[in-house]
Amino acid sequence: MSWFNARRRRPVAGYAALLLGLVVVGLVYGAFSRTSGIAQASSPAPSQSDINTGKNLFDATCSSCHGLDAQGTTQAPSLVGAGAAAVDFQMSTGRMPAKEVGAENNSGPTMFSAQKIYEIADYVASLGGGPAIPDAQQVSTAGADTALGEELFSANCAQCHGFAGAGGALTYGKDAPPLTQATPTQIYEAMLTGPEAMPVFADGSISPAAKRDIIAYIVDTRVEPNAGGFSLGRTGPITEGLVIFLGGMGFLVIIALWITAKRRDPRPTGME
Amino acid sequence: MSDKEETEGSEGPVAPRRVIGTPPPTPRLLGSTAVAEGGHGGQVSDETGRGEHIGGEIPTHPVDEAHAKRVEKIVAACFIFAFISGCGFIAAYVGFEVGSNRLGAGDSVVDAALRSNLALGTSLAVTLIALGLGALLWVRHLMPDVEVVEERHELRSDPKDRQAFEQYFKEGASNSQFVKRPLVRRTLMLGTLPLLAAPVVLLRDLGPLPGTSLRHTVWSPGRRLLVFGTDTPITSAEFSVPGSAITIVPEGYADDADALTKATVTLIKFRPGELDIPTTMTGSTLIGTMNWTVDNIVAYSRICTHVGCPVGLYEQTTHHLLCPCHQSTFNAAKGAEVIFGPAPRPLPQLPITVDAQGYLVAKSDFTQPVGPSFWERG
Repeated sequence: MSWFNARRRRPVAGYAALLLGLVVVGLVYGAFSRTSGIAQASSPAPSQSDINTGKNLFDATCSSCHGLDAQGTTQAPSLVGAGAAAVDFQMSTGRMPAKEVGAENNSGPTMFSAQKIYEIADYVASLGGGPAIPDAQQVSTAGADTALGEELFSANCAQCHGFAGAGGALTYGKDAPPLTQATPTQIYEAMLTGPEAMPVFADGSISPAAKRDIIAYIVDTRVEPNAGGFSLGRTGPITEGLVIFLGGMGFLVIIALWITAKRRDPRPTGME
Repeated sequence: MSDKEETEGSEGPVAPRRVIGTPPPTPRLLGSTAVAEGGHGGQVSDETGRGEHIGGEIPTHPVDEAHAKRVEKIVAACFIFAFISGCGFIAAYVGFEVGSNRLGAGDSVVDAALRSNLALGTSLAVTLIALGLGALLWVRHLMPDVEVVEERHELRSDPKDRQAFEQYFKEGASNSQFVKRPLVRRTLMLGTLPLLAAPVVLLRDLGPLPGTSLRHTVWSPGRRLLVFGTDTPITSAEFSVPGSAITIVPEGYADDADALTKATVTLIKFRPGELDIPTTMTGSTLIGTMNWTVDNIVAYSRICTHVGCPVGLYEQTTHHLLCPCHQSTFNAAKGAEVIFGPAPRPLPQLPITVDAQGYLVAKSDFTQPVGPSFWERG
């Protein structure tokens, strides 16, 4: 303790305290930042009882914004024709039910079990049709052409989601989410329905086989190890530049200051 | 502090100790003038500045020998540590295999390279840092902290040498007959003249001038729009969901990277009533009109009119096309007019129509140059 006390008032103590504070804040943030991971099974065929249960659930949770007949209100669009795939995507990623009307809805923990989501999806699909939830075979990546998936992803997806699917910024407060947690079904549904600001990639423009190729690329890329060890968020030059300029250059500047600092000679008379 | 001043004789205001980066407040005595002082011997004082050499010899060893011995041990430890990690560097190079034919089953090349890089980089960094640390501690704690001024003398040679050289040069010039014989002098200059002109001729050969190639792309009437990647043509019925967007390349040039740098197109589908392209002219060039759309499907050039990055980011809800390089934002519902950013003009619109089989084809080439704008465009 006397070692600590003797050095408490030195200038370097200030730097050490700042560094400690940064580390503590970083650890606390990392421990409390939320994550979301959703498992998905294939949906069973809709029955009338499913649709009725779905209607009850819809009336209870969704109708306040989307209207009792899903016709839409000023706060939320009509869901007639949106299809089961859109409902499954939005609810399984936790974007719906939306907590507030904002620039966009972010993914989060789901409020409903998969079974309940399928029931609501069946009800919404019964209102006006629309894209159906893809089954397991449609999203299976066996035999997919990952290289073609990379070409398609780079041309149509990378400008919003980043080249490694790490997400990116859009205009006016929106952002394209990272693709690290999405299941193949969710990726397929997102391409099919075009949620929020994302454009629609219907089966006419990107065929189901091409969608599988893109899913194969996304799934392969996110498990690929980072060649340098630490990904720095996989956003490329932005984070890399930040680390080099703040971390690397800062370290070099501190070393340069130390090299040229006035030397502290020890006093034989013990004046320290 | 005050008794220190009395014993050593005050040389000026007392400087603060241990503030990083503070320059010394008093001027230092120069080595040459200190010889005259003589009296104080080789004392080192840091109270008045960064240690002055106040006469006599430069001290050969530090004041506090015990402290120096402690630091010596630390420096030695640093160097021994550097030796160990240097050996570790060589061991890492020999030990970590990265060739794909030397890896075990199930081990990926990326993983192997990762491990090898980590080992090599860490050991090398530790070696160099340990060497540097040891050297710094050596200088700061084992060496006397004085400033010594090295004498500088005039660089100019003395007049005797200069005169001798002048004479020598003149003798040489006259011996070479260069001045006396104009024929060889002039023919020498003539002989070297083409070599001097050569750079001008070589530089003149740099690349052909663009001519009118900037004004045209490979799009032509009847050329089909192909989906990039799958290279399949597309009909209006296949592209019927409002809010769709896709990357388009011209038929026949899907793999021609040179052509694609100007000819890539973004195809966007709107709901009825959303699309409102004014019929605009610039000078005599028609640059946008609703006649160039098919069933509310519109085609814009994908090459930004600012510096030429691909404008791929399309937001379905706001109809914004955003270029990632400098954030030029275009309103796709209104003829890709610029609503933000440094782009000077809207994205050129490709006139499209439908051919006999129902596929989307170009009506003609773009009516204005695509890509970065230039003065002579109009």
